[in-house]
Amino acid sequence: MAEPNAQDGGVPDAGPGRLAKGISDFFRSPAAAIGFVTLIVICCLALFAPWISPQNPYDLMQLDIMDGRLPPGSESMTGLVYHLGTDSQGRDILSGILYGLRTSLIVGVLSAFAAAIIGTTAGLFAAYMGKRTETVIMRLVDLQLSFPTILMALMMLAILGKGVTNVVIALIIAEWATYARTVRGTALVEREKEYIEAARMLRLPGWRILFKHLLPNCLAPVIVIATMQVARAIGLEATLSFLGLGASVTEPSLGMLISTGYQYLLTGLYWISFFPGIALLVTIVAINLVGDRLRDVLNPRNMS
Amino acid sequence: MTALLKVENLVTEFGGSSAKPGLRAVNDVSFSVERGKVLGLVGESGSGKSVTGFSIMRLLEKPGRIAGGRVIFDGADIANCSEEEMRRLRGKRIAMVFQDPTMTLNPVLTIGTQMVEAVRAHENVTKDVARQRSRDALARVGIPSPEERLSAYPHQFSGGMRQRVAIAIALLHKPDLIIADEPTTALDVTIQSQIISEFQKLTEESNTAVIWITHDLAIVSRLADDIAVMYAGRLVETGPVTKVLTDPHHPYTAGLIASVPSQNRRGEPLRQIRGMTPAINRLPQGCSFRTRCDRVTDGCLVMPPLLLEEDRSFRCIHPVLKETA
Amino acid sequence: MVTSIIRRLIQALFVIVAMTIIVFIGVSVIGNPVDILINPDANQAERARVIAHYGLDQPLWKQYLLFLQGLLQGDFGNSFVYGRPALGLIMERLPATLELAITALGIAIVFGLPLGLYAGLYPNRVSSKLIMSGSILGFSLPTFWVGLMLIMVFSVELGWLPTNGRGPTAELLGAQWSFLTGEGLRHLLLPAFNLALFKTSLIMRLTRAGVQEVLPQDYVKFARAKGLRERRVIAVHVLKNLMIPVVTIIGLEFGSLIAFSVVTESIFAWPGMGKLIIDSINLLDRPVIVAYLMMMVLLFVVLNFIIDICYTILDPRIRLDAKA
Repeated sequence: MAEPNAQDGGVPDAGPGRLAKGISDFFRSPAAAIGFVTLIVICCLALFAPWISPQNPYDLMQLDIMDGRLPPGSESMTGLVYHLGTDSQGRDILSGILYGLRTSLIVGVLSAFAAAIIGTTAGLFAAYMGKRTETVIMRLVDLQLSFPTILMALMMLAILGKGVTNVVIALIIAEWATYARTVRGTALVEREKEYIEAARMLRLPGWRILFKHLLPNCLAPVIVIATMQVARAIGLEATLSFLGLGASVTEPSLGMLISTGYQYLLTGLYWISFFPGIALLVTIVAINLVGDRLRDVLNPRNMS
Repeated sequence: MTALLKVENLVTEFGGSSAKPGLRAVNDVSFSVERGKVLGLVGESGSGKSVTGFSIMRLLEKPGRIAGGRVIFDGADIANCSEEEMRRLRGKRIAMVFQDPTMTLNPVLTIGTQMVEAVRAHENVTKDVARQRSRDALARVGIPSPEERLSAYPHQFSGGMRQRVAIAIALLHKPDLIIADEPTTALDVTIQSQIISEFQKLTEESNTAVIWITHDLAIVSRLADDIAVMYAGRLVETGPVTKVLTDPHHPYTAGLIASVPSQNRRGEPLRQIRGMTPAINRLPQGCSFRTRCDRVTDGCLVMPPLLLEEDRSFRCIHPVLKETA
Repeated sequence: MVTSIIRRLIQALFVIVAMTIIVFIGVSVIGNPVDILINPDANQAERARVIAHYGLDQPLWKQYLLFLQGLLQGDFGNSFVYGRPALGLIMERLPATLELAITALGIAIVFGLPLGLYAGLYPNRVSSKLIMSGSILGFSLPTFWVGLMLIMVFSVELGWLPTNGRGPTAELLGAQWSFLTGEGLRHLLLPAFNLALFKTSLIMRLTRAGVQEVLPQDYVKFARAKGLRERRVIAVHVLKNLMIPVVTIIGLEFGSLIAFSVVTESIFAWPGMGKLIIDSINLLDRPVIVAYLMMMVLLFVVLNFIIDICYTILDPRIRLDAKA
């Protein structure tokens, strides 16, 4: 159940009291708490992957082709136990997942963050800079939002070529418009409020009003969208890698691992695809649970 | 003559269950309406008057439910009859008119569709016959060129016209009882007057009983035979309109009457009841009006019973009486 | 009505022109067409010949006009890989993708609409809560992984359904269709379900949200007060109001289904446009890529246009205002 949220009448300041209340509100939902803890665990696993994973899956020297396609629980000649089995090159799936999570999270966070910055700036400019800027930006936004993300991403990759870096660029270009539209909507409402009026009366410079006054009050929806977009970006990166347009075979991401397992699936070697997929699923669900709750707690009024 | 509708000790709660009481929006309410008579059910917003209306129709929104009492319509208790029996009564024998005519009619269906389905919900007639009936009903409530209007959509009508359509729908089956829930509140004053006269004429013609829910005492004095005043979910005073309005016994009723602008002399400040209606989950102990009443004593800490006096009743141990007022 | 249609047509034209510019800039300015078009082993004379043929030595605006001219004639050049007109290749694959997308949309509607309606009408039942939790899962599950799991369970373990291709097809209206043969239908089933999963969740949530918005409306209460049977209240008064947003979304999502079929087609080796475009991107088959992108642009513009018209027909408030 969503907790009833206090509809404060546009008080621009988010004091520490409100923050504390928001945090305790957030954890009142068990699903969100589970999601949050899971997410922390996943982040730690990814962060400390080089130290905790049994082998470095990117170091071809450590891989033994003789250990290829072993089922979960098998033991290597050196005594290493492959808890989740190995892929065709003898790569430990568990290590692959831990390293893959790194790639996924970096791609997800990086693209969502960059898209948030670009989109938010564009949205603020559209709301504040006058009719002509607004028309140009919003036309672009409308144009882009009328095509699905994957199509935009494919288009960018078709132009830029394959590779993880290009996937990040493609994701940024495909996602910025969502932020721009939301931020413009919020900013248009905020712009009419007294504190902005007051700032204008004081003849503060435009950029100051824009970034010091308008921006902090448009952040709530940006945070919510950014959370959801990290999940979407991770899913999309995995999809593009699966299609062979993202990560390379030597430095597998989760999508790439699943992709390499695909050809062995038909012969019953399920683990190469199955476990990375579970890792991907858990990550995405955890982020979505957190994002869902954030939306309820932050309760931005102008979210679609 | 037996009453057409007799509401006995009605209790309506939101939330709760048979074991645990929920919020009581209507508490121990009893009144009756005779054929051809008009009862004015009066109270402020939140007093439970609309919920009473919806309880009789059994159209309470979840988690609302009737938690006690009886609603006897034409000799049968309808608070406990089956859903299908209730459906056959709705629109056929008990009709309802809502407050906001701009919201009552479905925006994506033509007036004709919405009237024809109302006819055919209760009578097994062809669409043509139902359409004929609908056209006549529109003509009766004073809508010009009804045949064309049948194929129009609600948004093509003005608010007053939409309320006329709603009234025409309510009158389609010549019901025994109409529950009118503030049907003129949302309308302009001139339109209000027209609608009230129209309504009066039509219900008199068909000998239909009416429960007119309102907060407007002027309308009650003009329209109603009897009055029932509600405060915080309970009846505080009932009786014939002429007696209650000229000689109110409950301090709340007296306050309501005094705060009607025409009761004041020019230049005198408008009289008002001090304070605000308490929230239904934070009622004071004893008499609910206690906190706003000038005549309050320690005796008011106990909920007073409904005292009977000839054909009227009131719930107060310090009644306003004409000699002492 | 007529003026609003004309206005929308002009907007649609604007979108198409804008997208041709973007695709042109992307392919000809950001990417280096000389590198893409010409075999690195080609000699100087060969290079010059190709550059002249594609007008790559011309100023940009002239190149753009040449590009546009090609578009208008449906000439995107020959595929480097197949050596045949790119547009022809796309059109050949179109029916397979359409068949997959339409089936998936059908599945999404058949499951999503009733389940969403149920969850909206009885929000407190355990089954409703299960449905809604399921929809969160449906949102989060990566489509391509679900595809693999479907293959694993239904093809590898149970051996019920085939894993790749369209199976035998039959001809109708000049195109080949799988659903007309029993074996083809069996081939269609898994990919269609895979593609439908995400959209089913979406339609479900939308329908539920719509129901919860419509149910407390006065006109629903009034319909009940008229003594209508509950079935009619739901089927006519609630559903008809619900249809306006749902039809809009379904229309928009059909386009996205076609775009997302890229993934499903790759997994199930479904010989549609999506598989073609992935192969083309991998092989840098520029004419096919451009032809595909322009086809998609056209498709989306046409789709948006159709949705606008549907919207107008469904909502009398807009329809009649437009007439006046």
